[in-house]
Amino acid sequence: MQSNILICGVGGQGIVLTSKLIAAAAMEKDIPVMSAETIGMAQKGGSVFSFLRLGDGIYCPMFPEKTADIIIGFEPAEAVRMLPYLKDGGKIVLNTHPIMPVTATLSGSDYTGREMIEYLRRNVADVTLVDGDKACEEIGSPKVLNMVMLGAAVRNDVLPFTIDDIEETMKKTVKPQFVELNSKALRY
Amino acid sequence: MHKEFLMGNAAIARGAIAAGLDLVSGYPGTPSTEVLETTAKVNDGSIYVEWSVNEKAALELGAGAAYSGARAMVTMKQVGLNVASDPLMSLAYIGVKGGMVIMVADDPGPISSQTEQDTRHFASFSKLPCFDPSSVQEAYDMIQDAFEYSEKYHTPVLFRPTTRVCHGYASIEVKDEDEYKVNKPEGFVKDSSKWVIFPRLSYNAHMHIEERNAELSEVLSGYERNFIVPAKDSSCRRGIATHGISYTYVMEALRDKPAPAVFKVSTPFPFPEQAAVKFLEGLDEVLCVEELDPVIERELTYICGKYHLGTRILGKLTHNIKTAGENTCGTVAVSIAGFMGWEVPETAETEAPPALPVRPPVLCAGCPHRASFFAVKEAMKGKKSVFCGDIGCYTLGNAMPLDMVDTCLCMGAGVNITQGIGKIEPDTNCFAFVGDSTFFASAITGAVNAVYNQANMTLVVLDNSTTAMTGHQPHPGTGRTMMGQVVDKVSIQDVLRGVGVKTVETVDPLDLKTAVETVKRVAAEDGVKAIIFKSPCAVLIKSGKPAVIDPDKCTNCKRCIKALGCPGIVMRDGRPAIENSLCTGCGLCSQVCPFNAIGGAGNAE
Repeated sequence: MQSNILICGVGGQGIVLTSKLIAAAAMEKDIPVMSAETIGMAQKGGSVFSFLRLGDGIYCPMFPEKTADIIIGFEPAEAVRMLPYLKDGGKIVLNTHPIMPVTATLSGSDYTGREMIEYLRRNVADVTLVDGDKACEEIGSPKVLNMVMLGAAVRNDVLPFTIDDIEETMKKTVKPQFVELNSKALRY
Repeated sequence: MHKEFLMGNAAIARGAIAAGLDLVSGYPGTPSTEVLETTAKVNDGSIYVEWSVNEKAALELGAGAAYSGARAMVTMKQVGLNVASDPLMSLAYIGVKGGMVIMVADDPGPISSQTEQDTRHFASFSKLPCFDPSSVQEAYDMIQDAFEYSEKYHTPVLFRPTTRVCHGYASIEVKDEDEYKVNKPEGFVKDSSKWVIFPRLSYNAHMHIEERNAELSEVLSGYERNFIVPAKDSSCRRGIATHGISYTYVMEALRDKPAPAVFKVSTPFPFPEQAAVKFLEGLDEVLCVEELDPVIERELTYICGKYHLGTRILGKLTHNIKTAGENTCGTVAVSIAGFMGWEVPETAETEAPPALPVRPPVLCAGCPHRASFFAVKEAMKGKKSVFCGDIGCYTLGNAMPLDMVDTCLCMGAGVNITQGIGKIEPDTNCFAFVGDSTFFASAITGAVNAVYNQANMTLVVLDNSTTAMTGHQPHPGTGRTMMGQVVDKVSIQDVLRGVGVKTVETVDPLDLKTAVETVKRVAAEDGVKAIIFKSPCAVLIKSGKPAVIDPDKCTNCKRCIKALGCPGIVMRDGRPAIENSLCTGCGLCSQVCPFNAIGGAGNAE
C-alpha cells in the first residue's frame, strides 16, 4: 500500500515537524518513507508544504497532481493552493484560522479565509474542519496546533497509523514535560 | 547496515564519513549547506570541519589536505564554484594524493540562486570526473564511490546533487560505524616536480588527463550506476535517457506503462560512451529528460554522428523538454506521453479558485535590516541616490514598501557596481549594502579597489553577526568556529580602517534618529566612507515585549504599515494592529509613528 500525504500552511506553523513525526512513525513500523519540503527563500510567513510518501516501490518524494490521499491544511488559502494535488475522492483536514500575508496588509485587502473554506467545501466531498485557534486555547498552548491537526488527520483513517502509534513516536521526540500537552492535542 | 530517515545532504555527509573523511571545508549556500553542518554535528573530533571565508579558500584548503593524503570534501552551491574556479582549473592539472570530492549543489528552478548554471559543464570544462546522484540512498552510496575513483585516479572529482536530492528525505540503508573506512593520511611529501605548476608540467598533465579521461569513459561505461532499464516491450524502438532526480520522475511516469528502455547517466563526464552506444543501437528515437542544460542530449547527438547511428535525439534542443526551470513528475509525464504517443487524460473542468493571497519572502518582523534600509531611505529623501544590494537576507530590502535594492548581481558585487555608477554619474549618492558574512567572503577586495581608485561612495555593512539566510553559520566576525572554538573576532571596522577608509561609523539601526543623522553626515563626505549598522539577527535573540498601539492616539494614518511593511503589523477591523505572535518589540514602528501611538515595545522604553 502507498500513501501520499500533503501537509501545507505558512512558515512557523510546525509543518516540517509534523512531517518528521509521521516519517518517524513510519520508520517504527518499517514502512519505507520519503519526503520533500520547501526550504530556502521561504522564511517565516512564506507558503510551506511538505510532500510525504509511505510504502514500497516509490522512486521520488514528490508526487504528481491528483494523487494525494489527504491534504492536511494548516491554513485555508494554502490548502486551496495545493488542492490540485488531491486525488478524486481524497480527504482534507483543514485548520479554519487564516493567516494574513504582509502584502494583503499593504494593499488593504481583507482576506478572511471564509471564501477559501467555502470553496473547498463546494469542491471536495470530505472536508474535516478544525478550529485550531480554539483548540490551542483550550489545550493551553499555541504550539500544539500541529498535534491537533495530526490527530484529526489520523482519525480520518487515511494514514497507516493509530493515535496510539503517533503518541508513542511523539513521546520519543518531545521533551518529557511536553508529552502530556501533546497527547491532549493529539486526542483533541 | 541499518535504516535511518535522512535528508539528502545529511546522507552525503554520512556517506563521506563512511568513506573515511578527514577534512571538510565549504561556504554556506542553499541547497548545499547541511552537508557540512551534518558533518560538524556528528563529528567525534576526528574530522576537521571549517566554514571558510569563501569557496576559493575552502577549495584550496581541501587541496592542501588531499596533497597530504587526507580524504577531503569541499562543499558549496553552484555559484560558489565560480568563486572557486581559479584553484579548480589548476588543481585538475596537479591532481591529488588523498581522495578529494568537490560537492557542488545545483539548483534547478532556480529556487534560491542567481543562475541556473549546470555544474556538469564545469566538469567537462575542468576535465574532472562528475557524479550525479538521483536519490537520497544513491547520494549516500555514490559519494563513497566518488572518493574511491578520486583516490584511484589521483584526481579531484565533482559530485553534483540538485536541490530535490539535497533537501529530499528518505529512509535509507546506512553503514554501521564498524563498516566505515579508516584513512591514515601519510602527510605532505615534498616533490616540486609534482606540486608546483609550471607550463612544462601543465603540458604533460594535459596529455595525461586526456588519456585518463578516455580510459575513464570506458571504465564508467561499466559503472553499475550508469545503467539501462530494458524496455518492457522489446519491440519498442523508443528510449529515454535521463539523470539525477529526473530519473525518478521518469520511472514514476512509466509505472504501469508498456515502458520504453531507460538509460540512466550517473557520470555525465567522462560520458560513458560505450554504454550509450549499446543503448542507442536499434532505437529510432530517444527523449533526453534533463534539468538545467542539455548535456546528455548533446553527448548522444555527438555519439550518433561519431558512430553513424540513425537515432533521432530529442530533448531541450528540440523543445520536447522545457529549456529552463525544474522538471516535475507532472511535466515529465506529459513530455513522455507526447513522445510515446500516449493519451493524456483530460482534466475535468473545475471551479476556478478564489484569488489566493501571495506570500512573497519578506524581511522578518524585528529584522534590523528593515531599520537600516529605512534610515538610509529617510536620510536620502529627495536626493539623487543609487542603492546597490548584495546576496543575503537583505536582498529582500527590494520589496515594497522599502524598495531599497536597485541592483543585485553576485556575492560582493555591489561595492564596485556602485563605484562604476558613480564614475558615470558623479552627482549620484552611491551606496553599497553588504552583509557581514558577504563582506568577509568577497567585499574586502572591492573596498580596497574603491579606496585605491578614488571612488565616491558609502559602504553600508549590515552586521547582524551571523550568516542569516543560509541558517546562521558562524564567520570570522562571530568569534566561533565549526570546531567549537571561541576565537578572536575579526573586526569589520578595523578591516575597513586598515584598507584606508577614513570614516567608519558604527550605529545601532534601531536607534532611528541617530541612524538617519549618521547617514546624512557620512554620505555628505567625499571619498569612500563606511557605516556599520550593528544589530543582531532577530531570529537569534529573545524577543522583547510586543509593541502596543494606543487606540486613543492612533489616527489610522497607516504610516507604520506603509513605511515599514513589517509582518508584525497587520490590519484588523480596519485599523493597524500588532500581531503579537510575530512582533519582537524592536521598537522601530514606535519611532516611525507620527502620533506617538505605538509604545510598550521591549526596547523602546
